[in-house]
Amino acid sequence: MSDSKSRWLILLDIVTIVLFFGAVGMVFFYAPLEASMGIVQKVFYFHTASFWTGMLGFVFSMVAGIIYLRTHDHKWDIVGLAGIEIGLVFCLIGVITGSIWAYPAWNTWWTWDPRLTTVTIMELAYFAYLMLRAGIEDPERRARFGAVYAIVAFISVPLTFFSIRMFNTIHPVVIGSSDPGAAGTFAMTSKMTTVFMFALLAYTFLFADLFWHRIRLGRLADKVEQKKLKLSE
Amino acid sequence: MNTVTPFIRAMNAIIWKDLAAEWRSREMVSAMLVFALLDIFIFNFALELNPQVRASLTSGILWVTLAFAGTLGLNRSMAVEKDRGCLDGLLLAPVDRTAIYFGKTIGNLVFMLLVAAIIVPIYSVLYNVNLFNLGLIAIIILGAWGYVSVGTLLASMTVQARTRDVLLPVLLFPVAIPLLVAAVKASGGFLDGSAISDIAPWLNILVVYDVVFTAVAFMVFDYVVEE
Repeated sequence: MSDSKSRWLILLDIVTIVLFFGAVGMVFFYAPLEASMGIVQKVFYFHTASFWTGMLGFVFSMVAGIIYLRTHDHKWDIVGLAGIEIGLVFCLIGVITGSIWAYPAWNTWWTWDPRLTTVTIMELAYFAYLMLRAGIEDPERRARFGAVYAIVAFISVPLTFFSIRMFNTIHPVVIGSSDPGAAGTFAMTSKMTTVFMFALLAYTFLFADLFWHRIRLGRLADKVEQKKLKLSE
Repeated sequence: MNTVTPFIRAMNAIIWKDLAAEWRSREMVSAMLVFALLDIFIFNFALELNPQVRASLTSGILWVTLAFAGTLGLNRSMAVEKDRGCLDGLLLAPVDRTAIYFGKTIGNLVFMLLVAAIIVPIYSVLYNVNLFNLGLIAIIILGAWGYVSVGTLLASMTVQARTRDVLLPVLLFPVAIPLLVAAVKASGGFLDGSAISDIAPWLNILVVYDVVFTAVAFMVFDYVVEE
């Protein structure tokens, strides 16, 4: 692999930027204003899309972890780390945008709702993953332990969700069936659905683009590391 | 006649080694016990446990105490293996490595249950409540199993890291939250005398957690100790 940026990656960058600004434009100028919540509801398009991106990152990291343990091929470690870093950032964006929406809708920045709590515990688990990696010098062992923890953390997420869900939830479920107890729910009009799907598409491209960049960065960092070793010999 | 498989024999050997070492030094269980007692005293003053407040908090206090004391034991049990090169010796032995995992896990389980067996009666005496309840005992066994099964796996990784003692709780608690939530709720249910149908969902989570994480640890432990 050459060190220069591949032409496909540049193309992906451009497509992602265009799609992203397209999505922003659609959210503000095409999507109708929601009747009861007004302008705040617009955060929903990016809020949900951020979690979608974050979950993609975590799924990839778990799959990469399994493949790494089977093959011991270092490139899967880079993929796993890339997935978790992107997942962490986007879940954080999701939590913050959620808070921005929750204050006007629920009259509080935070509640101990199962989704909120699960996402935060998930963030902490993956943050612990980064700490685990930081504590191990040997790259081979770091990759192995990282892969094991990525699998363990991913499996615990649904269990955390179910265990906390037995308390009542007030988080609205906009897609699929809605819980009558949920506060701040709304029905999407067809225009809203279009914008939402477009935002999801833009974020999926954004994910692919960042993922590619991060993997490329990981590889370059490896090369630098090897060259440093050569110099010191 | 030899009906015992080599796997069981290796596992038993490790359990006996841990129990014998602990019986002679008594350093781990005594540290866990003192720590657990201190926890209860801190809770007493931090939460001002008057009778009304206490009734709803008992199971929570017991589980937080057990979880914290458990972390102490898990750290210690793997650290002794690592410090004197015992782990390398164990790995050189021609036995299935998962036997080492299960040996260590059952050893840790015994220590944690021992601490629980002392802490729970002391709690009953201190606060004059009757905690002797078969349901609670079952929950403690199920909860402790889930906790040590993940804990032993993670501890065998963290002892090999630079920041090891600090790292174990940071790795373990986010993953152990479903277990602790379910254990607290199920124990609370048994202590309040709730109907079994109210407790069953929590019991399900406990059992699922135990099965899933024992299976995962069984599959990945080899990769944690390979060199």
